[in-house]
Amino acid sequence: MWIQRLLRHLLTLLLTALLGGLLGATLMRLAPGFGVDERELDTRLNEQSLQVLRQSRANERNILRFYAQYLRGIIHGDLGVSPSLGRPVAELFSERAPVTLRSVALGLLEGWLLGFALALPGVMWRGWAYDLLTSVVGGIVVCLPSAVLAMLFLYVGGPGSLPIALVVFPRIFRYSRNLLLQTYSLPHVLTAKAKGLHSTRILLWHVLPSAAPPLLALVGVSVSMAFGAAIPIEVICDSPGIGKLAWQAALGRDLPLLVNITIFVTLLTLTANSFSDLIGKAFAKQPT
Amino acid sequence: MKTLRLLAWGFLLSIFVATLLAEFVAPAPYAEQFRESPNALPSWQHPLGTDELGRDALSRLLYGSRVSLLLAPAAALLATLIAALVGGVAGYLGGWWERVAMGATDLSLSLPWLFLLLTVRAMLPLNEPPMTSVVITFALLGLLGWSPSARVVCAGTRTLRNSEFVLQARACGCRGWRLLLRQVLPNLKPVLYAQFWVSIPIFILSEANLGILGLGVAEPLPSWGNLLRGLENYSAVLNNPWRVAPLGLLIIVVSCFQLILPLEDFRS
Amino acid sequence: MRRIWSPLLLVALLAVSASTTAAQSGRELRFYLPAEPKTFHPLVVADDSSETIRYLTGGVLIRFNRQTQELQPELAASWKVSEAGRKISFKLREGILFSDGMPFSAEDVAFTMRALMDPNLHSPTGDSFRSAEGQVKVNVTDPHSVVILFPAPVAGLERLFDQVAILSSRSPKKEMAVLGPFYVADYKAGSYVLLRQNPNYWKRDSTGQRLPYLDSIRLDIQQNRDMELLHFRRGEIHLINSLDAESFDRLAGEMPSAAHDAGPSLDSEQMWFNQVSSAPLPTYKKAWFRSQNFRRAISEAINREDICRVVFARHARPAVGPVSPANRFWFNQALHVHPFDPQKALRRLGQEGFHLDGKVLRDREGHSVEFSLITNAGNKSRERMATMIQQDLAQIGIRLNVVTLDFPSLIERISRTFDYETCLLGLVNVDLDPSAQMSVWLSSASSHQWNPNQKSPETPWEAELDLLMRAQASTTDNKKRKEYFDKVQQIVWDQVPFIYLIHKNALSAVSPSLANATPGVLRPQTYWNVEKIYFAPEKSGGRR
Repeated sequence: MWIQRLLRHLLTLLLTALLGGLLGATLMRLAPGFGVDERELDTRLNEQSLQVLRQSRANERNILRFYAQYLRGIIHGDLGVSPSLGRPVAELFSERAPVTLRSVALGLLEGWLLGFALALPGVMWRGWAYDLLTSVVGGIVVCLPSAVLAMLFLYVGGPGSLPIALVVFPRIFRYSRNLLLQTYSLPHVLTAKAKGLHSTRILLWHVLPSAAPPLLALVGVSVSMAFGAAIPIEVICDSPGIGKLAWQAALGRDLPLLVNITIFVTLLTLTANSFSDLIGKAFAKQPT
Repeated sequence: MKTLRLLAWGFLLSIFVATLLAEFVAPAPYAEQFRESPNALPSWQHPLGTDELGRDALSRLLYGSRVSLLLAPAAALLATLIAALVGGVAGYLGGWWERVAMGATDLSLSLPWLFLLLTVRAMLPLNEPPMTSVVITFALLGLLGWSPSARVVCAGTRTLRNSEFVLQARACGCRGWRLLLRQVLPNLKPVLYAQFWVSIPIFILSEANLGILGLGVAEPLPSWGNLLRGLENYSAVLNNPWRVAPLGLLIIVVSCFQLILPLEDFRS
Repeated sequence: MRRIWSPLLLVALLAVSASTTAAQSGRELRFYLPAEPKTFHPLVVADDSSETIRYLTGGVLIRFNRQTQELQPELAASWKVSEAGRKISFKLREGILFSDGMPFSAEDVAFTMRALMDPNLHSPTGDSFRSAEGQVKVNVTDPHSVVILFPAPVAGLERLFDQVAILSSRSPKKEMAVLGPFYVADYKAGSYVLLRQNPNYWKRDSTGQRLPYLDSIRLDIQQNRDMELLHFRRGEIHLINSLDAESFDRLAGEMPSAAHDAGPSLDSEQMWFNQVSSAPLPTYKKAWFRSQNFRRAISEAINREDICRVVFARHARPAVGPVSPANRFWFNQALHVHPFDPQKALRRLGQEGFHLDGKVLRDREGHSVEFSLITNAGNKSRERMATMIQQDLAQIGIRLNVVTLDFPSLIERISRTFDYETCLLGLVNVDLDPSAQMSVWLSSASSHQWNPNQKSPETPWEAELDLLMRAQASTTDNKKRKEYFDKVQQIVWDQVPFIYLIHKNALSAVSPSLANATPGVLRPQTYWNVEKIYFAPEKSGGRR
């Protein structure tokens, strides 16, 4: 029974991702500058070469036919060839995905730890000075453009995951603080407090279970946020990851590359979100 | 805390008035180039110095604040409203509705919306006044920026749906939309506020990033976004520390916002 | 394949980390590539990074000396052009080996030329040789002589060989076997390219020592120019090929001996009006853009001196026309920059029926004069130039709307839909010879930006341009060619299809620890004599 449900879940996941790929491809197809190559401005090329250059992307014009071809390729394990970089997409992915996955994973971990570590004391032991301080720190970080953060780290030196962490952190901080505050004022927590339970016990037994579902929902969101932040950061820091690849795909109107990246990111987002949903639901079913 | 909030109010109000009266307060028109003194140090004539083209930095900051301070919160409000609607309804109705809505949210989180912005820019005439294109850019940001919050709102609603007071309300005969609007949504306020305040600087910054693609505010109109882009030139900032002024103002404004409408609302 | 490589790669990585110390002792040159090289195949090179690799690794028959601007024999001991520029015969040097040990002979030259002239290759290098339809004949007369016969005269023929890196016809390593001073030893996609000294390189210095002096060159891929400057100042890299004016001034303040301003470069920045008859523009605007006086007036209303001073911190020169004064032979000395004179511009506009109505300029029919200028987003100096032009034109009552677009959108507008009014872009000139600009001036060409792909020339002056460009290409007499091309420059100056704004200076940085590096104007500015560059012993460093 649960296998059937899992399979159905996976199927929906896959179909959504493929739909995402198609939508992403359509968005690019409709955007200006599709099928245009920068080399067209090279004055050394003669008319025949220019014609060939312009024709080379013609098979991408009909987006449905392109996508059908792409799907056929996928079944045979072929992700296509990136026209702007002139290399197979699978090769590009296997080179670059580890870089991004690592920095995103680390960044997420650091961001969550930081956000939570700052939010919790403020909620457990209320004090306006701490509140103000953390708000201002969070405020400052959220105001810094990720590009500026990346630059700063480049100059000062430091791990590439830290800018990602700093992009994710303010949101986590604010949400978790507000949520925790709200949870602490719920009747059953107040009752527990009045009974004189230990603060750790209150936190672990009463507060966290109630706050878990929305927090877990945030996990899924923070994954896609971290990926979004990885693009400018990788571009500025010149780290050869998926984020930079996505940027190159966008600027070069590289359809095969973009479709693959969209599907990849969609799959990742969906997996992270359904994962947090599942756990969240499990929590919600527990009586609090 | 109370005095701080009053101070924050006072500060925001004075900024707001100053930007509205920019024509009278600003030392020079924001687009005028004093070509004899590019990159000038602060002086009586130019209290915050001048930029690379010799334009008065204070005037640009004032006019830029007008653009960003009006449009970014509007976009954030739009995004939060959509998120509340999508997330709230999905979480409240649950089941099939929720799955479809969250699927759509996930999709919209991972799609390259950049191309939609490019397409919209391409459809606008080239001779459009800069102000129109800014408004359209921010409107699009607002329309597209709802998805991260929708998920969280949905999860929050789901928890509330099963909570005791909603059950009580239900037992008292409160049902359907009335229950959603009267009982559930008001309790989502803290989540929505957090979303709203975080979105404001994010939209201001997205506009700056879009500028790199030519989708931001067009010259010569200033915005916090394109003023902040100046910060990427690290060494120029080191040499002229007052270039940080737009960032400082942005931070203070965001902090003020956070002080004015923080968590007290649901505690009472 | 991949699996075999990974241990090798590891070794290379170890070698690289070990060489961090070696670099200090002066054997490894380091600088940055602005982007990933798209190919290592020398014949299909089209981008800057690949061009760099080709220059450092490729052996050519004739080298165009970047300093003297003269041709010098390399793999060819001598050559002769005959039959009015249709035929070229080479006498090759003997006893030369490829980097993998294969001997070099006339067969390799023939192989390279045949591959290059393959009609399906479509590369910029190949296309520059293609003056007319027809087969190129290559005859190997003996192992060290080869004759190439083209279907029609090719103007400036021998100089084109500067771009042709000779391939090996027999090496199993194919295009990775090279004749230049270095070979590609390692490459990590998106990260770096490592070149090592070619052990079989043929050149020796005056004392008989084998060249190049350097052991290796490490090219990291780094597109962030601020980081490039920072790393240069820290001594982590030794060269910067082109700096922007702001960074240059900062560097000149800190390390005066490292910053080099070689004067105006060949590249120009220009704007042009859309004169395409089928463009989706209102008729009255088309009439403005097709008016010679209108274009001249705009040119005279732009303060080029201010642009040079404010945007480029004086490291630029107002432009006269398509040819930079750095191009010593072809520059037309008789021409001068359109003087900045708003009053004169207004008088000129008056002749066409334009008049000032308060602060707004109106045309004969009363339309207020307003148009848009598109340029590529993300290029700071271009955005600043556009903003300055905006203010200059406001002085004569014209409203200019600056719109920045990302590159593909921009190209689509200027080459497909023609939905634009004016455009500001730069032209990169790699070649000094006017033949390289053929497709810009011929009215039938698609690079004839202001009105491309004309069936027949739409204006008498464009017809004359066509004639003059064809005339200069059909003769090998440089004096005559110069006369024709001077006339071309004169017409362009009169008719202003392009408003030439400025030539940027060639600004570069060379570490004071490098000896023999003499940065110039022509690409590659800093390392054109790479085989002779070496690290000076510590004491004499920085006192050149």
